[in-house]
This record gives sequence, C-alpha cells and structure tokens, in this order.
Amino acid sequence: MGRYVARRLLLTIPVLIGASFLIFALVYALPGDPIRALGGDRPLSPAVQAELREEFNLNDPFVIQYVKYLGDLVQGDFGTDFRGREVLDTIEQRLPVTVRLTVVAIAIEAVIGIIAGVLAGIRRNGFLDNLVLVSSTIIVSIPILVLAFVAQFVFGLQFGWFPIAGIGDGWYSYLLPGMVLAAGSLAYVARLTRTSVAENLRGDYVRTARAKGLPKRTVIVRHTLRNSLIPVVTFIGADIGTLMGGAIVTESVFNLPGLGRAVYDAIRAQEGAVVVGIVTLFVFFFIFFNLVVDVLYAVLDPRIRYD
Amino acid sequence: MTRPDLSEPAPAPDPTGTPVLEVDDLHVEFRTRGGVVNAVNGVSYSLAEGETLAILGESGSGKSVSAQAIMGILDSPPARITGGGIFFQGRDLLTMPEDEQRKVRGPGISMIFQDALSSLNPVYSVGFQIGEMFRAHRGTSRKEAKQHAIELMDRVRIPGARARVNDYPHQFSGGMRQRVMIAMAIALDPRVLIADEPTTALDVTVQAQVMDLLKDLQRDTGMGLILITHDLGVVNEVADNVAVMYAGRIVERGTVDDVFNNPAHPYTDGLMSSVPQVEHKGGRLLPIIGQPPNLAAIPPGCPFHPRCARRRLEADALPGRVCDTDVPPLRLVVPGREAACHYSEEVLGA
Amino acid sequence: MTDRNRRGTAVDQQQADLRHDEVQAGTQTGLDEPDVDVTDARQNSLWSDAWGELKRNPLFWIGSLLALGFVVMALFPSLFARGADPRDCSLANSQGKPSAEHWFGFDQQGCDYLANVVYGARNSLIIGLLAVAVVLVMGILVGAVAGFFGGGVDSLLSRITDIFYALPLVLGALVVLRSGTLGRGVVAVAIALAAFGWMTAMRLVRSQVIAVKSSDYVAAARAMGASNGRILVRHILPNAVAPVLVYTTITIGVLIAAEATLTYLGVGLQRPAISWGLQIDAGQNLLRVSPHLVLFPSLALTLTVMAFVMLGDALRDALDPRQRA
Repeated sequence: MGRYVARRLLLTIPVLIGASFLIFALVYALPGDPIRALGGDRPLSPAVQAELREEFNLNDPFVIQYVKYLGDLVQGDFGTDFRGREVLDTIEQRLPVTVRLTVVAIAIEAVIGIIAGVLAGIRRNGFLDNLVLVSSTIIVSIPILVLAFVAQFVFGLQFGWFPIAGIGDGWYSYLLPGMVLAAGSLAYVARLTRTSVAENLRGDYVRTARAKGLPKRTVIVRHTLRNSLIPVVTFIGADIGTLMGGAIVTESVFNLPGLGRAVYDAIRAQEGAVVVGIVTLFVFFFIFFNLVVDVLYAVLDPRIRYD
Repeated sequence: MTRPDLSEPAPAPDPTGTPVLEVDDLHVEFRTRGGVVNAVNGVSYSLAEGETLAILGESGSGKSVSAQAIMGILDSPPARITGGGIFFQGRDLLTMPEDEQRKVRGPGISMIFQDALSSLNPVYSVGFQIGEMFRAHRGTSRKEAKQHAIELMDRVRIPGARARVNDYPHQFSGGMRQRVMIAMAIALDPRVLIADEPTTALDVTVQAQVMDLLKDLQRDTGMGLILITHDLGVVNEVADNVAVMYAGRIVERGTVDDVFNNPAHPYTDGLMSSVPQVEHKGGRLLPIIGQPPNLAAIPPGCPFHPRCARRRLEADALPGRVCDTDVPPLRLVVPGREAACHYSEEVLGA
Repeated sequence: MTDRNRRGTAVDQQQADLRHDEVQAGTQTGLDEPDVDVTDARQNSLWSDAWGELKRNPLFWIGSLLALGFVVMALFPSLFARGADPRDCSLANSQGKPSAEHWFGFDQQGCDYLANVVYGARNSLIIGLLAVAVVLVMGILVGAVAGFFGGGVDSLLSRITDIFYALPLVLGALVVLRSGTLGRGVVAVAIALAAFGWMTAMRLVRSQVIAVKSSDYVAAARAMGASNGRILVRHILPNAVAPVLVYTTITIGVLIAAEATLTYLGVGLQRPAISWGLQIDAGQNLLRVSPHLVLFPSLALTLTVMAFVMLGDALRDALDPRQRA
C-alpha cells in the first residue's frame, strides 16, 4: 500500500507539471501587452515598463520563462502579480472562502444525496424512488448558471431567506451557493446510491444475512449499506477536488471572494502569475483527492489490493 | 461429477423420531411483468432428526424456491407464498410473527448456498461473519464471538483457524469458503440444515471432502439435513430419502435405494438413464427429450406428459387417467414409495 | 479481483469521467454510465432490443420532441417569433412585461424578447453540435490510436489526456478565449470547448478498443490475415458506437450549457450576436425589477439541455443490457 501511494504520487508529478505548463503556455501566449495596459490612463514610463518586463522574465524565450517559474514554484514561490502583490497572499486570502463553500456543498451532497438514495433504493419503484428519479433528471438538466439565478431570485429575493451575495453572514452566506454548487452532485449521489443499494439488496450475501436470522436493521445497515456506500463515498471524495476547481460560476453569481472568483478576475485582467498559480493549485487538489479516493477504495473494500 | 454407483447400497434410513420439519402443501408463485410464475405447486415433505433428505430436480423445478420459503428469505415481491404451511417443531413458521420467525433462522434452521464467494459479505472478515451469529442471537460480546468463530473454523477443519479468522472471504479457496459457510450455518447448533447445491461450484475432490464434513457434522449433532442437488452421485452417497421434483411438484418420493434401483416415475427413470453408470459401460445414455416446462404456463394434466415416452392420451388411456388432462396425484404406489404418475405400476414393472 | 469487478471498475471510471465533464461544464448530467461490453455477436439484437425499449420510454419521447422543437426553432426561427424581429427595437418598450401581444415582454433595449430567445437557439445548437463533432474526432482519433497501439504510444497519449483532464473545462476555455487567438465567434467558442472536453471521449474509445482488441473474434480475424486498418474499422469501431452515442447525446447538452456559461462570463459570444448566455448576463442586473429577462432565456437553455440529457438517459437505459431485467 505504501509503495502504491508512493508510485502514484510520483506519477502525479508529470501530470501536475504538464497541466501547469499547459496553462502557462495558454496564459503567456495571450496577445496584448499587460504591462502597457497596467498604467491605464497614465501610461508607465518606458523605463518602468522595461524594468517590469525584466522582473517578470517577459523578455526570455517562453520555455525559459516557464522553467524559471517552475523553479520558483518548487520553492513555494508563486511569484507576484503586476502590482507587486504575492500570489501566495492572494491564495491564502481566497482559499478559505473556496474551502468553506466546498465543505458546505459536500456536506449537503452527502447527507441529502445518500439519504434520498438509500430510501429510494430500499423501496424500488415506490413513490420516493420515482420522486428521486424524476427530480434528479430535472436537476441535472439545469445548468448551474440558471440554477444559481433561480436560487438567488426565489430564495434570496422573493422569500428573503438567504443573503444573495457576499460572505457577510458567515457560514450562513455559504448555504445557498453551497446548495447550488452541490445540486448536480447531489442528484448524482442520490442516483448512484439508489442503484447501488438496490443492486446490493439483491446480492447473495444479503440473502445469507437474512438466512442467518439477523435483525432487519442489521441486514440493511451492516450488510447492505456498508457495501453500497463504497462507490458513493469514493465519488464524493473525488468530487471535493472537482468542486474546488468548479466553483467559478457559483462564486461569480453569488459574489463570493474565493479562488474561482479570483482566477476569473485574473483571467480578465491578464494577470498571468495569478492565473497559473491558482489553476495549478486547482489541478493539485483534483489530483490529490483522486489519489485519496484510490487509497480510500482499498481501505473500504478489502478485495482491492494495489500490491 | 461423481458417477453414481447404483450397485452399492445407500446407507440405511435412520429416522430417529418425530419430524422436526414438515412442509405441507406449499405453494409459491412469482408475480412478474410477464405473468404469474408458479414455482412451487403443493409440495409436502417431512424431515426427521438425523435424516438426510435429498431433493432432486433440474433447475427451475422449485427445489431452491421451496427451501428459501422455509428459510423465509424469498424476495417478496415478486415471490408470494400463496398456500400451505411450514412447521418447525410443530409451530407454523408462516403464521408466526416476523420477529419470531427470524429467531428460528440460525438456532433452529439454517442454510448454506451454492456460491460461497458471493454468499459471504466481501467486506467483513470470515471471523466477523461467523461470530455475528452469536452476537445477533445470543448477545455475545465481539471478543467472545471471535473465539467461538475460531472454534467453529477448527471444527469444519479449516487449517490454521486462529491465523485466518481475520481473513476475508476472497482470500480463501472455494472449498475453504464453503467450510466457512458451513461453520456459520452450524454455529448455533440448528436442528435442520438446508444445503442448496453445496458442492456444485467445487472441484470434484473438494466436493467429496465437503460432503464428508456435512455427514460427520450431522452424525455429531443429530440435525436433519435437506440436500438440494441435481447430482445423483451425491444423493446416492449421502441421502437416506429422496424427493424428486418436477415443475414445482414432488413426482416421486422414497428411500434412495428404492428410487434409484427401481424408479416409479418416468421422469425419475429418465434421470437415471441419462447418467453414465459403471455397470452399463458401453450402453447408450438416454437424455430426456424436450425442454423443462415453462412455469408460467405449466402443461395441463401431468406436467411431464409432453416429454414422457410412456404417456397415454385419450385413445389408450384408462378413464380418469388421461395424461394430458388429468393431474396425477402423489400416491402410495408400493409401501414406502409415492409417485405422481397414473401408470407408476407399469414404470416399476418395466 | 474477479472479471466482473475489474469491469465494474472500468465502468465506474467512465461514469466518473462523464460526471467530471459535467461539473466542469457547469451542468450535471449523464447519470450512470454507458456499457463497455458490447460484443459483436450481440450487436443486432442490441439495436432491435434497444428500439423496443426506447419506444416504451417516455423520457425518449419527451427528449426527442424537445430536441426536435429546438432544432426546428434554430432552422426557422421566424416560425416561432410571432412575427417579431429580434433587432426591431424601440426604447419606449424597454423592459416591458410579458403580455398577450408580446409573450416574453421586452428587454432593456425594448426588443421583443420572445423573438430574441427564439433566435438564440441557433447559436446554442450550432456551438453544441460543432463542439461535439470536434470532441468526437479528437476523442476517437486519440483514443483509437492509444488503445490500438498500446505500449509507449498509449502511455504518452494517456498522460496527455490526464493533463487536460485535470484542468477544469470552463477554466481552460476561459483562458483560451480570453487570449483572443481564436477570436470570439461561434467557431472559436466551439473549438475552445472541444479543446478541453475531448478527454472522456478518448477514454471511452480507448477502453472499448482495448476490450475488443483482446477478444477472441479479433484474434480470429487477425489469424485470417486481416490488416490493422480493417480490424479497426470492421470490428473495433462498431462496438464503440453504442457507448459513444450515449456519450455524444449527453455531451451536446453539457456543451450547450458550457457555452452559455462562457458567454455569461464575458468570453463567449459578443453582441450583436443573439445568445441565451448574453441575455442572462444582461438580465442579471435587472433581476429585481424584470426577472423575466433572466427567466425566459434560462428556461430555453434548460429545456434544450434537458432534451439532450433525457435522450441520452433513455439511450443508455436502452443500450445498456445490464440494466435490462
């Protein structure tokens, strides 16, 4: 197991480097001159411009620029934006918002999704089962953009239950955006759980559990749910990484100052260092949580061994 | 497949008393989208302490379904028990409250299945799964339950029980897994053990070991054993009595010796002729022609008549004994032998 | 692990991949997974059984009708616009509420909103179809090459796929479009989306190719001297059709939603193009006073996405023999 994790970690390095190079290439292939744009109405003097260019290695060939950047990155230096602000500072400031949003979304997705899925799966073709099927089909068809506006309008403006923007109300401000971000995954978790529970209930070992005279509760919880939730838990684990990098729209609509919002602003402002830094971080989270899930899988299912 | 050696006498029937289990006119049907499937149509039998009853039949004959009905583990829906009674030590399981019925499973009746790999929960250790019997029925502590599990694994002759108690089912070989199933089933010293094709999935050499183990355990505990199988050799070796099932009915019943040596039903006769026999080397094997019946549309009259070489239709049948219209009841043909054929006497004489 | 488990894992992977695309695109579609295991012998009965299943599935009919409706709307918008011209605007009507005369009311410039929403279908569908076509070409090409040749080629292509896979779709497209290298038109948006959306198709095709390549009948064909190309075209690709079809249908919906998202974020289509994303963007500031400006394009967008999701769901249910009882 330890060896497997080590090997997987090694394998992630080229992917991480490749992804950061790809994004670096895209960002610095941007035409237009960010330095000249920096001064706005009062252009910077040519001397200052040249100085900035030198500082940001903009005169070097592209690949050299990247290698220099990577060298700094390895030492934990994400570089600075054109205004001299450390990218790491931006990340440190914005990360907690994204983390909170993700935590809320994952909690909603896990709790509601699993409960709905289990109830639907236990009584297949019952009322609840059909409700879960129909509502999940509808929910997955609503683009998150639309969902965000509907939620904002209905629950924020019409009913006034939730703040519609910002993080002024602490954790409570994350509830509505969290629900929006979680909606699709929630529907998916509910369906995955439903299928898995229904499939396991037909399993031979559940029949054995009943033949052993175990109480119904034990048959369901210990011998059905424990097995059924393996794919669900691993999906939710991987979803953490996906949602962290997938919150651009939600953070934009609800005006949450998280990493998604930051990277969006940076793309618009052509702040290359910020874009590359944050996207690399997203990729890292994505890869990291996928690795966690692989390990988790082996922990949850004794049949899987990676040696 | 073990070849049945019909010349060797089967062990003498050893019914040591009153029946511990009685099945009376059991009916089970499955309601599916395609219609009603009549899986079990009036099956009756009884089992004494220490008796081994083999239930023989091809797949779809209702032998497993009736066993699952006894265990109360049919999936309903779609399955429904539509009639009859199942009496364990005189009490009808079907009218018992669910919770009491549950308490019979394990300490009273238990069951082992064909595919031990899929019948054991892959995510728990075998020790846990065996110990669960004690924890659920006797409230034993987890630690003590594991101790019991080790003893049981020893008893079913799993080498290195103490070292393997925390292993998972997939880490065992097929034969060892079936032993784990057996250990679990006998944990609470049941009075009846139902073994549903316990050796079908195993290698021939392992089959014999597992059957020996079952017989030894039965001798030690005096439990009744219902052996569901389509393997004539196994039946011949271990069973006292045999009930042959066809289309959800028992078509012949008697001691293994009698039934094997001189079948009273054409279906049983066909089964015997379709198996290679040592003393008939070089003789032709005679398969039973036709297909097993569709349980959603069982033929009228004798369900076996479309495949029966001895059937008598309108022209040459005796009155009230027309094979394609009159259902033959299971009746005493000669002492100790029942068969559901209008013309059993002829089959016997042949 | 048993065979079944191994296959289960491959299927789970695909399922996770598809799911991944959807979150990235800001839609969430494609529940469950296309089945990998479609062998040649079962092809014929597969398709006729599938049609039998489809006919009985209301999802299929609702999805087909909706999709057909939007396609007709994209081809002949004037049929649906009730005689209004989307560019014939009068500020006097600015933000007019929906009425019997003008069902969807007016936007801020005083243009008939029904006409605008109707004319928006064309760009959404063109981008969705164009992007999915590019996705398919890339996915099939890269996936077939990786799966067929295996070894180092496969490793290299798979790692490259991993790299793209780790980048969020909207984010990648955002960066590409912001750079302006491709311009900001319909084709640019489609290419940007496809560039970061082809990975699941590649993995799907690759796993199909690997599964079929090791099968007995391909070994038999090879033994009889069939060439690589012939094996690929005659034996391997037909097997990939069913799962790819399911994937494609759902992905059209995913990409249409992603286009609206990009446009909303200000890097997709630009005025004077008519697009649901632009309409939602313009409407969001007026959400308090004129919610209909967000409502109607959102509804159209959702129904379009839903049409393809439902179709895809229905196709999968029909084509996945494992789900059939």
